[in-house]
Amino acid sequence: MKSLRLIIPLVVFLVIVVFLWAGLSRDPREVPSPFIGKPAPAFDLVQLHAPGKKLGTADMKGQVWLLNVWASWCVSCRVEHPLLVELAKANVVPVIGLNYKDKNEAGLAWLAQNGDPYRLSVVDADGRVGIDWGVYGVPETFVVDKAGMIRYKQIGPLTAEALQQKILPLVRSLQQS
Amino acid sequence: MKRLFAAVLLAVASNVIADAALDARLRKLEEELRCLVCQNQSLADSSAGLADDLRREVRALAVAGKSDEEIKQFLVARYGDFVLYNPPVKSTTWLLWFGPFVLLAGGAVVWWAVGRRRSRKRSDDDDDDFRPPGGAPTPEQAVEKARELLDNPLD
Repeated sequence: MKSLRLIIPLVVFLVIVVFLWAGLSRDPREVPSPFIGKPAPAFDLVQLHAPGKKLGTADMKGQVWLLNVWASWCVSCRVEHPLLVELAKANVVPVIGLNYKDKNEAGLAWLAQNGDPYRLSVVDADGRVGIDWGVYGVPETFVVDKAGMIRYKQIGPLTAEALQQKILPLVRSLQQS
Repeated sequence: MKRLFAAVLLAVASNVIADAALDARLRKLEEELRCLVCQNQSLADSSAGLADDLRREVRALAVAGKSDEEIKQFLVARYGDFVLYNPPVKSTTWLLWFGPFVLLAGGAVVWWAVGRRRSRKRSDDDDDDFRPPGGAPTPEQAVEKARELLDNPLD
C-alpha cells in the first residue's frame, strides 16, 4: 500500500513527461495536410515562359509528378533549389513549378539566375490555386500519383534526407504501380 | 428631386448597414480561424500575406451567400482542423475534449478516498485515546467510578 502511494505520482509524472516530450518534439509548422490520399485540386494556369499556353492538372494525368510551390521572394526556396536542379538532372520525375504570388519578370529572372529545374512553371499570381492546395508556407512540394491523387506533402524546403528517404522511394513505387 | 435624393440616401444607408453587418459577422468568424503563417494569431488579427488572401476569400464566400459553417468547411478542407480555434468533437479529439473532465473526476476520487481514510483514522485514534484497558466501562461502572472519586478526593 505504501509503495503504491509512491508509485502513483511517479507514473503520473512519467505520463506527463511523455506527453510533453511528444508535444515539444513536434514541429508546429508542420500541419498534417488533409489532402493526403485525396484528389489534387484541379487547376489550369498560364505558363510562366509561354503566357499564351496553359498547363492543367488534367495534362499530368497518367504520370507521377511533383508540384513545387516557389517564388522569387521566397528565401528558403533558395535553400532547396540546388536539390531540385540535381533532381531535374537525374530526370526521374517531372517537376512542375507553381510560381506563387510572384511577378512574372521577377520569377523569370530568378530562374535565369539560379537555374530552372522545372518541366514547366505555371503562374498563380493571386495565390488562389495556392489556397486550393492548402499552401501556407512556401516552399511546399507535393507528390501526385498517376490517378491525380496527392500522396505526400513536404512543407518548407526539401532536404536531401526527405528526398532520398521519402520522396524518391515513394515516386519509384508509384511509378511502378 | 427631393424624393430621388431620399431614395438614394436610403439605398446608401441600407448598403452601409448591410456592409457593417457583414463586417461584424466576418470579424467574428475570422476570430475563430487560425492564421497558418503566424499560428498564434487569428485570421482577423494577422497581417500575413496569406491571411489577407484568406480574408478576401472568406469575404467572397460570404458575399456569395455561404453560411459560416460552409466557410469553415472550405478552410478545413484545405488546411485541416488546425485552422479552427474551436476543434470539432470527434474520436481523435476525445482526449482533448474530455481529458480534463476525466482528470477532474480522478482528482475528486482521490480527494474523497484521502478524506475518508483520514476521518476513519481520526475516529480510530479517538477510540484509542479513551478506551481504558480491558474494554470500555458500562455506564453503571462509570457512575460508580465517579462516585468513588467524589467520595475519596485524591489529595
